[in-house]
Amino acid sequence: MQKYFSQVRSMLQNWPDLLFRGITRISAVSVLILLFAIIVSLIVGSLPSIKATGFQFLASPEWDPVTDRFGALVPIVGTLVTASISLLIAVPVSFGIALFLTELSPRWLRRPLGIAIELLAGIPSIIYGMWGLFVFAPLFGEYIEPWMSNHIGNLPIIGPFFSGPPMGIGILTAGIILAIMVIPFIASVMRDVFEVVPAMLKESAYGLGATTWEVTWNVVLPYTKIGVVGGIMLGLGRALGETMAVTFVIGNAHSLTQSLLMPGNSISSALANEFNEAVGELYTSALIELGLILFFITFVVLTFARFLLYKLGKREGKVA
Amino acid sequence: MLPQEINNPKLLVNNLNFYYGNDRALKDINLSIPEKMVTAFIGPSGCGKSTLLRTFNRMYELYPKQRATGEILLDGKNLLEKRQDLNSLRAKIGMVFQKPTPFPMSIYDNITFGVKLYENLNQHEMSERVEWALQKAALWNEVKDKLKQSGTGLSGGQQQRLCIARAIAVKPEVLLLDEPTSALDPISTAHIERLVDELKKEFTIVIVTHNMQQAARISDYTAYMYLGELIEFGDTSAVFTNPKRKETEDYITGRFG
Repeated sequence: MQKYFSQVRSMLQNWPDLLFRGITRISAVSVLILLFAIIVSLIVGSLPSIKATGFQFLASPEWDPVTDRFGALVPIVGTLVTASISLLIAVPVSFGIALFLTELSPRWLRRPLGIAIELLAGIPSIIYGMWGLFVFAPLFGEYIEPWMSNHIGNLPIIGPFFSGPPMGIGILTAGIILAIMVIPFIASVMRDVFEVVPAMLKESAYGLGATTWEVTWNVVLPYTKIGVVGGIMLGLGRALGETMAVTFVIGNAHSLTQSLLMPGNSISSALANEFNEAVGELYTSALIELGLILFFITFVVLTFARFLLYKLGKREGKVA
Repeated sequence: MLPQEINNPKLLVNNLNFYYGNDRALKDINLSIPEKMVTAFIGPSGCGKSTLLRTFNRMYELYPKQRATGEILLDGKNLLEKRQDLNSLRAKIGMVFQKPTPFPMSIYDNITFGVKLYENLNQHEMSERVEWALQKAALWNEVKDKLKQSGTGLSGGQQQRLCIARAIAVKPEVLLLDEPTSALDPISTAHIERLVDELKKEFTIVIVTHNMQQAARISDYTAYMYLGELIEFGDTSAVFTNPKRKETEDYITGRFG
């Protein structure tokens, strides 16, 4: 009898724990289920298109809903190029912002600047798109692009990227707008990780006679590299998937040109523009396949980031 | 022994005052630090011994609102002067901290970090320098087969010796040790103390320590500080066996602090 009571009591004591464990387990597993469900529905949705065009879909620049011929090369290239341009601009700028905020800025300026960056991150993307279309693109087309095609457009190798009529909107404009959008994310992550570097570690490097630049480049950056790469990936993820702002300024033209000044298209803006008017099974299916490709690109990027960190760790000597 | 009796001081401190904002943390310090000897700063927490140490390489300048007035002469030249180049000063005056601070890179790169800032050595000379520094820091035998591995993977005591090796690799004239054994176990501490004894043949060493026995064991001169003032300075055995001031005696006999 005594034994029975103690057993009951221990069961009663344990049940909140058991319940809690069950709930957390369900929450964790639901992430996997959702991910899996999304992949499956994307694959099922894009099956007609995959059957009709096969691998040709990835390589063909043709996109003609009237004759039902679909190729994804233009939006894929557009997505990758705009995201690359944005990182090319955003990473050094963010690094500069974070370095200034943590090492060089006078104390009274730190808070206002930090808050301004966080506010910048909070602006809805459609506002960036409108600003890009109505303010930035006209100015860019009026003053900067003519200068580019006149001065850089004639150079060998990089010239063709910067030649062509100055229209304001285009791949380069989209990349720049994206850069402005991802800078606050990358900069605030970088600032946060730079701030947790122990003062003593920095002092030891200063104590050897290193300059601020040498301390940051050789000690702070390696110490925080996981956080920094994480911040850049956060920015890249946003740049790859950003829809509204890009749709406003990229030009939405299904044409493949070498010039960055010409209009192009990205996966997400193609989806946003065309889903409404997609008629017929193949058209819809082609758009869903575009979505699947975007998903895949993001996955590859994240895997690559992991691999990069592993390589860095190896070079530093962590993995013997 | 009075400060002026030391011939050829490596560092001569004249009327040094130090301020954190409006707080005066060091009050009219006068002190001379003899060459190729070990000088220890002792005193209770907050007495300013670390602050004094940090004026020697002007580390305080990293932080706003900290300033020093007075003179610190290194071989007769005032290092507090505005014109003094900070980086070359810090190359001459190395520092090791309370906790080991290996850089997040390989053992080899940890040592070469400072050397590369000032000297252009070829690979062979650099390897020799690394071996020299690690030998001096009594770490060579333990790490010679894993120079490519991360410095952060070593034990605490080894990390601290790595930091000492890193500091002496640039061949400084003065070595500042700020409680270098406070985070270490007794065996590692004994290692470091033996090392300090060895290193004073080539370097002028200034050590801040909480541990009076340590000061008594390894230093030639001892300075006792209290509330930002230098209470007593002299030959270590004299300070410990026959202190001139009542405050010093109270502290070293453990009556307070």
